[in-house]
Amino acid sequence: MDTAPLNITLPAKFRDWFAARGWQAHDHQLAMLAAARDGRSALLIAPTGGGKTLAGFLPSLVELADGDYSGLHTLYVSPLKALAVDIHRNLEVPVAEMNLPVRIETRTGDTPQSKRLRQRTKPPQMLLTTPESLALLLSYPDAPQMFAGLKCVVLDELHAIAGTKRGDLLALGLARLSSLAPGCRRVGLSATVAHRDPLIAYLSAEGRAGAGDVVLVAGGEAAKPEVKILLPRGRMPWSGHMAVFALPEVYEAVKAAKTAIVFVNTRAQAEIVFQELWRLNDDNLPIGLHHGSLAVEQRRKVEAAMARGALRAVVATSSLDLGIDWAAVDLVVQIGAPKGVSRLLQRIGRANHRLDTPSRALLVPANRFEVLECRAALDGIRAMELDGDPPRPGGLDVLAQHIIGTACAGPFQADALYAEIASAAPYAGLDRQIFDDVLEFCATGGYALRSYERYRRLIGDGEGGWRLAHPVHLRRYRMNVGTIVEAVTLKVRLNRGPILGEVEEYFVMGLNPGDTFLFAGRLLRFNGLKETTVQASPATGDAPKIPAYAGGRLPLSTYLADRVRGLLQDDANWPTLPAPVEEWLRMQQFRSIMPRREGLLVESFPRGGKEFLVAYCFEGRNAHQTLGMLLTRRMERLGFGPLGFVASDYVLAVWSLKPVQAGDIDALFAEDLLGDDLEEWMNESSMLRRTFRNVAVIAGLIEKRSPGQEKTGRQVTFSADLIYDVLRKHEPSHVLLRATRADAAGGLTDIGRISGMLGRIKGRITHRRLDRISPLAVPVMLEIGREQVYGAALDDLLGETAESLIEEATRMPPQARLPL
Amino acid sequence: MPNTARFEVNGALLAGDPSGALWWAERRALIVADLHLEKGTGFARRGTLLPPYDTRETLTRLEAVMSRLSPDIVISLGDSFHDGDAAARLDAGDTALLSRLTAACDWRWIAGNHDPAPPGDWGGRVDSEIVLGSLVFRHEAILDRAAGEISGHFHPKATVQTRARRISGRCFVTDGQRLVLPAFGAYTGGLDVTTPAIARLFPRGFDIHLIGRTKVHSLPRIK
Repeated sequence: MDTAPLNITLPAKFRDWFAARGWQAHDHQLAMLAAARDGRSALLIAPTGGGKTLAGFLPSLVELADGDYSGLHTLYVSPLKALAVDIHRNLEVPVAEMNLPVRIETRTGDTPQSKRLRQRTKPPQMLLTTPESLALLLSYPDAPQMFAGLKCVVLDELHAIAGTKRGDLLALGLARLSSLAPGCRRVGLSATVAHRDPLIAYLSAEGRAGAGDVVLVAGGEAAKPEVKILLPRGRMPWSGHMAVFALPEVYEAVKAAKTAIVFVNTRAQAEIVFQELWRLNDDNLPIGLHHGSLAVEQRRKVEAAMARGALRAVVATSSLDLGIDWAAVDLVVQIGAPKGVSRLLQRIGRANHRLDTPSRALLVPANRFEVLECRAALDGIRAMELDGDPPRPGGLDVLAQHIIGTACAGPFQADALYAEIASAAPYAGLDRQIFDDVLEFCATGGYALRSYERYRRLIGDGEGGWRLAHPVHLRRYRMNVGTIVEAVTLKVRLNRGPILGEVEEYFVMGLNPGDTFLFAGRLLRFNGLKETTVQASPATGDAPKIPAYAGGRLPLSTYLADRVRGLLQDDANWPTLPAPVEEWLRMQQFRSIMPRREGLLVESFPRGGKEFLVAYCFEGRNAHQTLGMLLTRRMERLGFGPLGFVASDYVLAVWSLKPVQAGDIDALFAEDLLGDDLEEWMNESSMLRRTFRNVAVIAGLIEKRSPGQEKTGRQVTFSADLIYDVLRKHEPSHVLLRATRADAAGGLTDIGRISGMLGRIKGRITHRRLDRISPLAVPVMLEIGREQVYGAALDDLLGETAESLIEEATRMPPQARLPL
Repeated sequence: MPNTARFEVNGALLAGDPSGALWWAERRALIVADLHLEKGTGFARRGTLLPPYDTRETLTRLEAVMSRLSPDIVISLGDSFHDGDAAARLDAGDTALLSRLTAACDWRWIAGNHDPAPPGDWGGRVDSEIVLGSLVFRHEAILDRAAGEISGHFHPKATVQTRARRISGRCFVTDGQRLVLPAFGAYTGGLDVTTPAIARLFPRGFDIHLIGRTKVHSLPRIK
């Protein structure tokens, strides 16, 4: 961090404007001015509410103040359209009040065609846009003229975009911009992050953190947030994720606040929490609902109502993690476990956007394990330790898209393009051979059987020069640009009325006409499918027959998992936990042992004629699911007769015909678990198939399904699955399969987590053979067969099972007392 | 053959093979539907460069079933070629393989909507429909002529909920009167059996024989 005196002041016009508002320039705002003066790029890390956006734009406004600059000066790129629009509105204030000669415009997918055309021929001084729109702009032959004079690129919410495929696309766009406008500096705006170097590398024109061309600016510390855990009066459930029991108290908290955001982890939770809050809503508080499956117009309405201050609360999923600042929000409620410290801080940061007053947040654990996780997150916030994944290499599918986009703008030289791409951080280490393979894929599909010469998309001149074969590919590129591949979804229409939103196809396939389900905050009756639209009508009654569908489940972060393990190990901390939770842990200590921070605890016990094996891995549900597949395969081979498994965020339970003995455990969890079975399993797994589909769409092998192209009764399209099977059989080393495997291994962190765990626990596995279930195993055992969790009758059924399990787990031998 | 599904259509005893072909043991007849040969190049010339291995894959699978069952007659129920000039796009290796297959038995092409007139120089005979015993073979089902009708065209697939997860796959659909075959081609997707286009053919409900990894699973009648 540069701490030397900045020796820079605001121009008089700006100083007066600041003074008129009663402001003084923050140090970080001056530091950004200094960086711009020196022509250096800058990474500004500041909490929300620190005047971050203004700091990013201030140097550009100062440079443009004298009015003798025409053409595009500053390009702003935001991950959200709505954010670009909001920033535009905020920027107009200083521009108008200081009477600056600066034209600002936004450009997104919604911008009318005529305006877009004008923006290319007569660009404004400041253009606010998204990564996809930038990619499109760069694909026009006039891009060199448009961007030739560009001085500055501002990247907002950089922490949220770097390290994703959209981030890869944007990084490639930046590399292109640096070729078109060599003097252009980059400004990154970011929330506090665990890893800074990857962001610095991202901003560097050389694509590496050590290049020294990026200044790091810290934007002051926010007051530490006030976070409390809501502990319900009365019992603390053993399992479940809806926290319905705690909602009366949540409702009271919402009532006491001015405006609240109630964050949940899944869309199913959002629907149910929303319903329950309204059931409790005797005061008729305006409470809204916001999640990614709702129709865009519905979401915009809710956002606008929030901005106007017309809502007292909104129940939201990660769809509101980023976005427009709502100054009025003074309480953030997190229902269910937070899953990660950085993410929790991000959510808490949505409250009270002022540096001097702390944000207020309430964590609402839904079960006993979540109490531990909430406590661990709280400790993490106090220690200000963040979690987050280190960066992964850029996707080859995105690279393929970029190559076609580059060809759309005009002929290119392969050597020059390779050098340009290698200057983007995600592609810094890219092997030339791989680049050439991707280029060949773009040209002919890159198949060993070279049968597509006559259908080639790119034509080479044999001397390293390439050009687009036919303008038709230009149109295809523009239709399919971007890295967001939606799951196949179907629209939900209410009678003949409005579209309420979209649901995943798989959910609809499970519905029969007459079934009721929760969607968009209402109870709906499924009437059938018409073409690709779900026909629904309002239903009556309390409990939907089919529970709201899950979606957007987040894995527990490695860091938080480690803290939970620490909490379990250190019983000195337990008295600060709620009494039922402490008692539960004491019981476990008494009946079995506690899992240790290092190593792995495995328990085995008989139950109902089956043999159970419970492993306390704490690696997150996705990793446990993969581990469960691998472990059952191995148990099958070793003759244990595995019958099934269930995974929670904390625990994996497997049941089998034959008991696992102490001597078998090391062999079961040996590191080669990932070797022999993984390859085979991965190839078959739906995870790899899903990944391939995304890769194939992004790389331009198959097209996104666009409206009007959906399956009809008579026309059948091919599926990515079939292509995957054929390609895997006939050309297993094809570049898209390599891209798919890299994505699956790096993008989804499950495999990495399992491999890390297997290494960590080697020689440190503790096995406890028990005569019956242990207290700590109860929650995961309650997950078995828990497909439908809604409705009183089902709850009763589950309740019975739960009670017998708990009774079994906590039954004391005669005379023994719990040593409390 | 324990991996097949046995069912009766209009009195004929048939077996659904895990490959997606239909076997009529009494006549030693092997029936396949919707091969869609050269679908890959069909897409490639419009700019979608699908892996060019679909024809090889489809023919190799067919060759495997034929050498397992040694049929006297093979009936390809139409849409054998993806489009009108698909035949011209076959490469030399695939051409040789296909000629070998058509020469190995009495080979019948049925005309489909993608290939109204299958090319004549591949061996085999072209018909719009064929009657054999109690069965009639045509490309697309005709609503009021169900008796003994064996057809393709719709590429039926079905999704079932198992205890572990939802599984979806190609399937044979029959009500004992008529039968719709799954598509055999490597790049042929599917249409869910519950969509009206298929369901309306079976007003009294239908049985599904779902093709799994190595076995055809017979599922109870759905209505």
